Amino acid sequence: MDLNSKYTPQSWPEHPEQATLEGKNKFVGFWLFLGGETVLFASLFATYLALKNKGPSGMEFTTQGLFELPLVFIMTMLLLTSSLTSVYAMYHMRNYNFKAMQAWLMITVLLGAAFLGFEIYEFNHYVHLGFTYDQSAFSTAFFTLVGTHGLHVLIGLGWIILLMIRNAKRGLNLYNAPKYYVASLYWHFIDVVWVFIFTVVYLMGALE
Amino acid sequence: MSLIAEKKSFGAVLWDYLTTVDHKKIAILYLIAGGIFFIIGGIEAMLIRIQLAVPDNDFVAAGLYNQILTMHGTTMIFLAAMPLLFAFMNAVVPLQIGARDVAFPFLNSLGFWMFFFGGIFLNLSWFMGGAPDAGWTSYASLSIASPGHGIDFYALGLQISGGGTLIAGINFLVTIINMRAPGMTYMRMPLFTWSTFVASALVLFAFPPLTVGLFLMIFDRMFSGNFFNHLLGGNTIIWEHLFWIFGHPEVYILALPAFGIFSEIIPTFARKRLFGYSAMVFATVLIGFLGFMVWAHHMFTTGMGATANAIFAVATMAIAVPTGVKIFNWLLTMWGGNVKFTTPMLYALGFIPSFVAGGVTGVMQASAPLDYQLHDTYFIVAHFHYVIIGGVVFGLLAGLHFYWPLMFNTMLNETLGKITFWLFFIGFHATFFIQHFLGLLGMPRRVFTYGADQGWDLFNLISSYGAIFMAVAVVVLVANIIMTIAKNQPVGRDPWEDGRTLEWAIPQPVPFYNFKQTPLVRGLDTYWIEKQEGNKEGMTYAEPVMDIHMPNNSIIPFIMAFGLFVGAFGALFNGEKAWAVPVLILGLLITFISMGARSLKDDLGYHIHKEDLLNDKGGKH
Repeated sequence: MDLNSKYTPQSWPEHPEQATLEGKNKFVGFWLFLGGETVLFASLFATYLALKNKGPSGMEFTTQGLFELPLVFIMTMLLLTSSLTSVYAMYHMRNYNFKAMQAWLMITVLLGAAFLGFEIYEFNHYVHLGFTYDQSAFSTAFFTLVGTHGLHVLIGLGWIILLMIRNAKRGLNLYNAPKYYVASLYWHFIDVVWVFIFTVVYLMGALE
Repeated sequence: MSLIAEKKSFGAVLWDYLTTVDHKKIAILYLIAGGIFFIIGGIEAMLIRIQLAVPDNDFVAAGLYNQILTMHGTTMIFLAAMPLLFAFMNAVVPLQIGARDVAFPFLNSLGFWMFFFGGIFLNLSWFMGGAPDAGWTSYASLSIASPGHGIDFYALGLQISGGGTLIAGINFLVTIINMRAPGMTYMRMPLFTWSTFVASALVLFAFPPLTVGLFLMIFDRMFSGNFFNHLLGGNTIIWEHLFWIFGHPEVYILALPAFGIFSEIIPTFARKRLFGYSAMVFATVLIGFLGFMVWAHHMFTTGMGATANAIFAVATMAIAVPTGVKIFNWLLTMWGGNVKFTTPMLYALGFIPSFVAGGVTGVMQASAPLDYQLHDTYFIVAHFHYVIIGGVVFGLLAGLHFYWPLMFNTMLNETLGKITFWLFFIGFHATFFIQHFLGLLGMPRRVFTYGADQGWDLFNLISSYGAIFMAVAVVVLVANIIMTIAKNQPVGRDPWEDGRTLEWAIPQPVPFYNFKQTPLVRGLDTYWIEKQEGNKEGMTYAEPVMDIHMPNNSIIPFIMAFGLFVGAFGALFNGEKAWAVPVLILGLLITFISMGARSLKDDLGYHIHKEDLLNDKGGKH
């Protein structure tokens, strides 16, 4: 692939992420990978539901007593918004507007980092209450499910930051466009998983 | 296999294989590594049969027997059967669909090295305080209580090698979706490609539950989790479900590619088009789908209740239908054909009755009430060996003989091949047929010995003699391989003379870029069509000779997998040794830094120029 060919917004292909065979392969391969990830999270959700509120006899922690919805609502809003801003970034990628894309990705990263900050605060809070990883089957299942999501956020942040730094000087080309695109797919996936965590873990936990 | 025969030093060859991203060389790596693990698993099997040959035997102690039994199953499934199938998928599928390589050559290499390091890690347990001893299913109620580090080796080793398998699965899916040559529509794909496609989809959706199950076990055993600790609210049945949601599709991950190999061999040597091609494709897809619907038939006795048992019983029986379709299609392919009895064809003929026997006992166990009687007896052992050996290992041995000339441009000796077949076939039935009756007589599986007064002596002795036949067969096979390599007689294109599909149309030895020009596929069995029309070149081309884009070799996959290998030792000794956590972090750092290096450094590959292709220099190698 020739990295030196120069594009204008007019000559830039409509689907730059799929303009080359490598790009097409990345596109299909990443969708399939997300299929596997879906099953992975489904297994973790099933495990969590089986162990929810299960612990040593007389355990003081329950989903109702533990979760605080306002905090989780803020986290949800942060992550949903970050998904929207990553859409804007991809919109500008298709229009060959590198600077705008990087700017929107920057906002995405900031929102994601804020989400992660709240999550660390939340986990820290629980641990101080005595709800530690080894406290019960419930705590283990909760931290594993939500923590695995948090780890995905962390990896997603690192990935997007790395892409932004690597390509800061050279702009868009058909080699890195698919990379940006699959990173944004990953970010959407993380967001979708969080919607399920918000519903299944927090809403169903706090309200039932 | 370069175009220019040049003598390379051992170091250069080694470096070449460590860094290769060529699917043909990765196939050879899978073949060698899988073959070695197959021998190790076979030795473990022989130890089992020696121990059980006579009653009250003390050849191995009970605890060691549990380790041998666990490692035999785990090694054969994860480290022998699957990698050997991946060897053939790698060697054949890209050629069969007219592609120059797989979709992600780099990931292909990474997948191999992860499998390899995972397998080595698992087997190091023998030298580091004892192997896992809770059976290949490693039920949590047993494995959580297992002392020592055996189970930790199991969980971490399978996690690493399972990651490699998942990568390989995605790679084949994308390759088949995106990289078929012009004219190669889905309904013109050879059956081996189809079965690779479906098996890869099963890998994609079946391995994540295993990943989760293994993580739960790792967290419980090494990082003070409580998933399976019932005192703190845990539940060991979760492991059983996760394991079998993976474990049952795993059977089809193994069986479908073997079916695919037979679906190539039978038309080739019956010299007739595969009967009922579309029905075969449909049956393959249907088996893949139903494979996910039946996992709980392994758990009838767990106490799920009558309703769940009934649903899973019926779903299980339904799988017999598409499988039966396949059996009849193979038979009808041979019907009226001009059958040539080569070694691969002998395996195909031996496979049909053997696998039907395994399938029939499977349907027997599908009826839940009978399963209560058969559960955890030698009947089960006999059943799954009929399926796995009669189906998968026969397929692997058939494929080994069939595809050897494609992979190495030389032919295994047919006489020795036939001797191997007969020894193996007779030994297999002698070993396992009688185990059905041992099971019906009440012998439980996984016992390390039995009493002389239980009436199981003679059958066990016969079974052990049968195993000797299989061992001798493998020795003959190894001798055959060594002799063939030593002789190294080139065979050229279409060595079986009746090749039907694209992989046989390529000149031998296969150039490292596979196809000089992308072929145009004009129908099912495209090479057969070209031969019938008298096309000497064997292919119609879809493009003129042009520059070919090739991927660069890389050592990064090796380092990435090695990092996980190092990190696994840290996880294993967590909370026990002071260096554990630093080593865990070091290992992960190696992996993540090499991932970063891969991401930051552009890898654009290189081009072989048209001029070099035309004067047959083949460009840079």
